[in-house]
Amino acid sequence: MAFAAFGNSSATEHKGPTKSGGIVLALLMPGLIYLGLFFFTPLFSLIITSLEAPAETGGIGEYVYAFNVENYSYVVQNYLPQIIRSFYYATVATVAALLISYPLAYFIGVKLRNRPLLKSLMLTLVIAPFFISFLLRTIAWKSIFSDGGAVMQLVYNLGLMKPSEHFLGSDFAVIFGLTYNFIPFMTLPLYTTLERFDVRLLEAGADLYANPYKVFTKVTLPITTPGIISGTLLVFIPIAGDYVNASRDFLGSAKTSMIGTMVESDFLQNWDYPSASALSVLLMAVIVILVATYVRSAGTEDLL
Amino acid sequence: MAIDFKPSGADLELIDVRKEFPGFVALEDMDLHIPAGEFFALLGPSGCGKTTTLRIVAGLEEQTTGQVLIGGKDVSGTKPHQRPVNTVFQSYALFPHMTILENVAFGLRQRKVEDPLKKAMDALNLVELGYAAQRRPQQLSGGQQQRVALARALVNRPALLLLDEPLGALDLKLRRQMQIELKAIQMEVGLTFLHVTHDQEEAMDMADTVAVMNKGRIEQMGAPESLYDRPKTAFVAKFLGQSNLFVGNVVDSNAASVSIEVGGHKITAPKNRAEKHTGKICIGVRPEKATFHRSAPKLGADHVVVGPGEIIDIRFTGVSNQYLIDIPNIGEVTVFAQNVGISPVVELGEKVWVSWKVEHSFGLADLPAGNEEE
Amino acid sequence: MKRFSIGKLTLPVYSVLAIAFMLIPIVYTIVFSFNNSNRGNTTWKGFTFDKWLGVCNRPDVCDALGNSLLIGGVSTLIATILGTALAIGLVRYKFKARALVNLALFLPMATPEVVLGAGLAGLFFNLSFAPGLLTVIIAHVMFCLSFVVVTVKARVQTLDPVLEEAGRDLYANPNQVFWKITFPLLLPGIVSAALLAFSLSFDDFIITYFNSGEVTTFPKFIYVAAARGVPAEANVIASAVFLATILLVLIVQINGAIKRKRMLKNK
Repeated sequence: MAFAAFGNSSATEHKGPTKSGGIVLALLMPGLIYLGLFFFTPLFSLIITSLEAPAETGGIGEYVYAFNVENYSYVVQNYLPQIIRSFYYATVATVAALLISYPLAYFIGVKLRNRPLLKSLMLTLVIAPFFISFLLRTIAWKSIFSDGGAVMQLVYNLGLMKPSEHFLGSDFAVIFGLTYNFIPFMTLPLYTTLERFDVRLLEAGADLYANPYKVFTKVTLPITTPGIISGTLLVFIPIAGDYVNASRDFLGSAKTSMIGTMVESDFLQNWDYPSASALSVLLMAVIVILVATYVRSAGTEDLL
Repeated sequence: MAIDFKPSGADLELIDVRKEFPGFVALEDMDLHIPAGEFFALLGPSGCGKTTTLRIVAGLEEQTTGQVLIGGKDVSGTKPHQRPVNTVFQSYALFPHMTILENVAFGLRQRKVEDPLKKAMDALNLVELGYAAQRRPQQLSGGQQQRVALARALVNRPALLLLDEPLGALDLKLRRQMQIELKAIQMEVGLTFLHVTHDQEEAMDMADTVAVMNKGRIEQMGAPESLYDRPKTAFVAKFLGQSNLFVGNVVDSNAASVSIEVGGHKITAPKNRAEKHTGKICIGVRPEKATFHRSAPKLGADHVVVGPGEIIDIRFTGVSNQYLIDIPNIGEVTVFAQNVGISPVVELGEKVWVSWKVEHSFGLADLPAGNEEE
Repeated sequence: MKRFSIGKLTLPVYSVLAIAFMLIPIVYTIVFSFNNSNRGNTTWKGFTFDKWLGVCNRPDVCDALGNSLLIGGVSTLIATILGTALAIGLVRYKFKARALVNLALFLPMATPEVVLGAGLAGLFFNLSFAPGLLTVIIAHVMFCLSFVVVTVKARVQTLDPVLEEAGRDLYANPNQVFWKITFPLLLPGIVSAALLAFSLSFDDFIITYFNSGEVTTFPKFIYVAAARGVPAEANVIASAVFLATILLVLIVQINGAIKRKRMLKNK
């Protein structure tokens, strides 16, 4: 939804006045200056900081600019497990969220089309998690899946897990939490494209001798690709940078630390600003490259 | 700002108005005069510049060069809200966040006219929608919205009312009905109407004067009957109804008539109905003016006869049958025959001759596309 | 025929289950706001209204809530004004750098929060600008801005420019056209953008954590408390906010549905 909105703007172009440069500047400049100061300058500052070296005379947390590229090899060597884990979690959770959300979005956007009241009720329930702190919801899962809780008792009794094993702190628990937290971000953009989906195309597909499976893969899926793209981006990017679910106080453990965990501890606890910055720049670079290739291969270049 | 509101409309004058957009010229040095109180139609295909003309008059678009005069006063360079002109938009453009009554009162309120709601109500009653005053535009049908848009413009008593394809979104039956209503309202209020449309029947039915536009230029202007009876260019002959057009060199020219030779046939037009009298010219005739015969007709010099040809298509359209006849060396000729109970009088493939009275021929000033002079 | 009807039931049943799954932690949070617990709030100690009646017996929770409301309110106001102007400028005017501006607005949404948070914190640190309420507000306006633009832009795109032309034609000057036609028609979009910005700001943790210094917001309070156990008072506040919002949304939606129905009937 959000990402697609920046896309095919040329399709809904209005023929506006072409001159009036003064008005355009007055409308755009305040916002753009704000972004320049507080988005682009910080990014630039991150890059500068990522190249700093400890000040020779200074104490902990004091650095000077030194074009110290070694910071990057340092963070890659030291944080490789976290880097791999972050993208592994993000990939699995995004796919899971897509698989869970698509049928739900299809039901609300297509099947409930003629039941407006029921449709808006279902939509409200889908976005309901937005109205309550995601930290508290994650803590709720933690309590529900705590070792002494009824759910885990059932799991142990059914023999699904050995009594020596724990759900909390595992990769699975973190992926579970990430998936749960980001399902609405997947469902909404899917719903937006499916809502506009012309169901007569299904009939046309069936009329042209396609079975339901073929109709889905040849008609429904390609037409709803924009929703899938914005949904996956909307989910994948924040997950790759998240560290709350993976935190030991929530669903994770020391063994589930992610890139964000390391940035936070380097920045706020160890005052190792160059490492934290180098890791952030690295994360940003990987995401920009992923988004660019993903969008290009998916064929909606006008997204940007 | 003082807006000059004439009680019975003002005349409109365009002097050398030219409009250029990046990459193309929308209007080429247009001159136009519409007398006060007239119902004037600008007719043409999409992209011919008719809507641009209307928007320039409204002030929504500024001409590149030239002048616009309303009631003799130059309004070039003034903003739309400073012009005594109102528009009925093609999409009606009713404000969705206001009631019907507030929509109609909008212009009055802006001009701080006294008692805007009462005047708005009167205007709504004029279009027979007083009962819907408190509804929202979305709750009305297309035809009702159209009438609200009309009331919203008329209530301001503008010197000039601009209608931008106002009936385009209505279905055929409703459109005909609204044409009658619109014409009646114009007669009643006596304002100058400038109506833009691509529907030739609508233009001919409603307007006192029709100007046919093509490629940013007025091709021909006049009363609907004379436009139809004597088109002067191939574009007008084809756009306004249908025409059979024949191109050939002038072989005979006397005081009364001019004749060309086409595929071994002599086709004649009265001299006073022909724009050109020498060289390669085009002579045409309306399909309903032509008749066909099963044997070679013996007709005098006051008739044109071509044939024999073969009937290659017959179309039944209700009131008439349309026959397409292929004549060797001439091409296809269309003939309309009234459906008076004995048709089709001929069969597909039958051999026939086509004739018409010379006085129904017209000679064009130009040649149809593809027949340009060498 | 029977096999067919089972197939038809799959999707509705699945959807209801999926939504039920989404609601489990919400219900859990609300239920545990009535837990008669002392410190941690993980095991059920019996039902009580005490936590609801005495939320501010834990002043730290109430202070955090106050900060969150203040930050959310101010950030929303600024982001909505800047974003609405940007949206109108982007849709209504053609200019060469438009693709670039779109990209500039897209990037903050494509940047992980931890990068945004660390970047801003680093900038403030380099400038020796002490983190506090102001830095949090600056940060929140920044990440809300793009979302406001997206939301308002969608509304501007559905606004037919002919309506404004009609206003100009009906003797309204540009100023009157904006306030009598453009603004009222954009208002629903602006309101939903503001609501979105507020909820983003209110629920933000990561960026806030990097830029808040000593200031504690509601999410930050929960995060810090999570190590020792979140008090039930936090559940009370979250539940109250949740129930109020959901009630509001439901009223608006049901109202809208009834209106639409009535409108169709009148036609």
